[in-house]
Amino acid sequence: MKKILIAMAGLAGVVAATSANAGTLEDVRDRGHLNCVVNTGLTGFASPDDAGNWTGFDVEFCRAVAAAVLGDASKVEFVTATGKTRFTKLAAGEGEILSRNTTWTFSRDVDLAQTFIGVNYYDGQAFMVPAALGVSSASELDGASVCIQTGTTTELNLAEYFSSNGMSYEPVPIETNAEARESYLAGRCDVYTTDGSGLAATRATFDAPDAHVILPEIVSKEPLGPVVREGDDNWADIVSWTLKAMMAGEELGITSANAAQLGAQVNDNPEINRLLGVDPLQGAEQAGLSSDWALNILSQVGNYAESFERNLTPLGLSRGMNALARDGGLHYIPPIK
Amino acid sequence: MDFLARIWRHEESRAVVIQILVILAVFGSFGWLISNLVTNFAALNKNFGFDFLSQPAGYDINQTLVEYTNRSSHLRAAFVGLLNTFLVAVFGIILATIMGVILGIIRLSNNWLARNVTYWYIEFTRNVPILLHILLWHGIIINTLPRPKNAYNFGDISFLTNRGFYVPEPIAETGIAAVYLAVVAAIVFAVFFKRHAKKLQAETGRQLPVFGVNLAVLIAVPALAFVVSGSPVSFEYPVLKGFNFKGGMHLLPEFVALTFALAIYTAAFIAENVRAGILAIHKGQREAAEALGLRPGRVMSLVILPQARRVIIPPLTSQYLNLTKNSSLAIAIGYMDLVATLGGITLNQTGREIETMLLVMGMYLIISLSISMAMNWYNSSVKLVDR
Repeated sequence: MKKILIAMAGLAGVVAATSANAGTLEDVRDRGHLNCVVNTGLTGFASPDDAGNWTGFDVEFCRAVAAAVLGDASKVEFVTATGKTRFTKLAAGEGEILSRNTTWTFSRDVDLAQTFIGVNYYDGQAFMVPAALGVSSASELDGASVCIQTGTTTELNLAEYFSSNGMSYEPVPIETNAEARESYLAGRCDVYTTDGSGLAATRATFDAPDAHVILPEIVSKEPLGPVVREGDDNWADIVSWTLKAMMAGEELGITSANAAQLGAQVNDNPEINRLLGVDPLQGAEQAGLSSDWALNILSQVGNYAESFERNLTPLGLSRGMNALARDGGLHYIPPIK
Repeated sequence: MDFLARIWRHEESRAVVIQILVILAVFGSFGWLISNLVTNFAALNKNFGFDFLSQPAGYDINQTLVEYTNRSSHLRAAFVGLLNTFLVAVFGIILATIMGVILGIIRLSNNWLARNVTYWYIEFTRNVPILLHILLWHGIIINTLPRPKNAYNFGDISFLTNRGFYVPEPIAETGIAAVYLAVVAAIVFAVFFKRHAKKLQAETGRQLPVFGVNLAVLIAVPALAFVVSGSPVSFEYPVLKGFNFKGGMHLLPEFVALTFALAIYTAAFIAENVRAGILAIHKGQREAAEALGLRPGRVMSLVILPQARRVIIPPLTSQYLNLTKNSSLAIAIGYMDLVATLGGITLNQTGREIETMLLVMGMYLIISLSISMAMNWYNSSVKLVDR
């Protein structure tokens, strides 16, 4: 019944979204705040804190976009979505950005008529098992019961991994992370599988996190990133360069602590001058951005490394693939020119 | 203008005009919704179609009543889900009916304790949302039953764990046809014998021991055929291998929790229907039956319930429909029904929310209409016949 209601809501939303395709920036400015679709609750990525404020890696990206287009990182309203409803909510115009640890795949990009604007976290599907089980590799999981949070790319990766290794398993697909977590802890399943970052986040909420190990195998490529609706290239550019500005901030050594100072003086590095609006950045005006767009991002939210260390490092996640290219990671930023 | 005013003043023609306007408004709004959908699909670069149903589903399902692998199509996955919905609905309805009738009768019992315990049971059960019942029973099963390594062992052939109840699976071998034949023959005999006994009683008043004879025949004849044809059944026993039991048949805890929760929830409503039906029968009927010397059990089964059925069945149909539709909450605990397969994973993998939802709604409609039809047919077969 609930699904049917959601679909009806989606239908109604599609109806409402008639004219929301172009001019997203104007819509956001007229409204005075950004609507951002985030996870219903995943520690480190998007979850409300004790005071009810949304925090997390994905949440901070939404704040960065608000800082870039509205000049105020606090002007964001968060719309929650499950793995299943997220694309419908984006398509229906309930948010301008989907920032919900979403994997970039061909069919989602092409078939579902939406635009992935980049990767903010390189992830991969992994397995978590109780340490007491004595399993040290995913190849020992033949015949296991596996809890899956449904509505993701996870089901397909799981089926592919087990069949390509000639192993059998019992899938136990569950709608929400909370229920899946319960089933795993009660021993209904031997294994819990989802993206490595999600496993770390879930494990951090256990009473005894040390009693569970994440197996070394990464069975899929999960480049996670923000998504916007197809059809408004200018909006896609703004969101995409917000992410790049955060990474450029790390590369150029601009942090929330020194951004204001660097933005008020002429620096030796011309790229810093262009990014912070000391020198004009060709094209920013045509895109509808003020000259201090990136200064707002970096002073109010901070650079990529700051956001990562605030939200993901406490979960035990290391930079790894998510370091800048110069540090041996995969994040390579085009020049700010 | 004058002509229009005259039509409006005339009561009958005004009624016709209003009806035409209402119909136009209804069709107009539907048309507007559909054209809006079409426009927006075009604007979003999405096309409407059911081609995705023939593509490989790519995911696995833990309870499959028909052959299914992750290479099967989305349509096949939807069919597997549909059968799983059916399974829960059928078992739920049977269990709910039995429990509901018994509870409804006890609710009117003269025994103070039985009456009040039932009363509180019904009030508690039907005032708690069904989703909580499902989560509660699932939680109880997976948290209290042991894990496979410490399974409750029943003579090394059956095992009870929080992953399910494992029993040996009978496997038919050559010669099984004789046993099937014997079963059919025994059933045919039982039906005819019952008819014969009824006729005999109507004509002469003599009663034959129908129940005893039929039970004996139904057990003895197939058993004899089984022995004569050389026991053409072997068993595959569940064995603990690695993480789980392999082989045999097993009942998933999700299936048990869902069926049980739906049954006890719906039984509370059915009990109230049954009570209403019994109270609708004039007490003179009971007194007359008792005056004839019938025992209380027979008063109920021969006099009261057959008449009460006419009152019970229409609301009972609604309860059956509710139970079937409530089974769509299965995904909360991971039972792969129609909503979890077609309306869940398939929807998510293909992104066809409108198409899949239309299909899911269509299938629920078909199931519900079938139940309605069957119950209406049964209702008309028991209603008062005017002579």
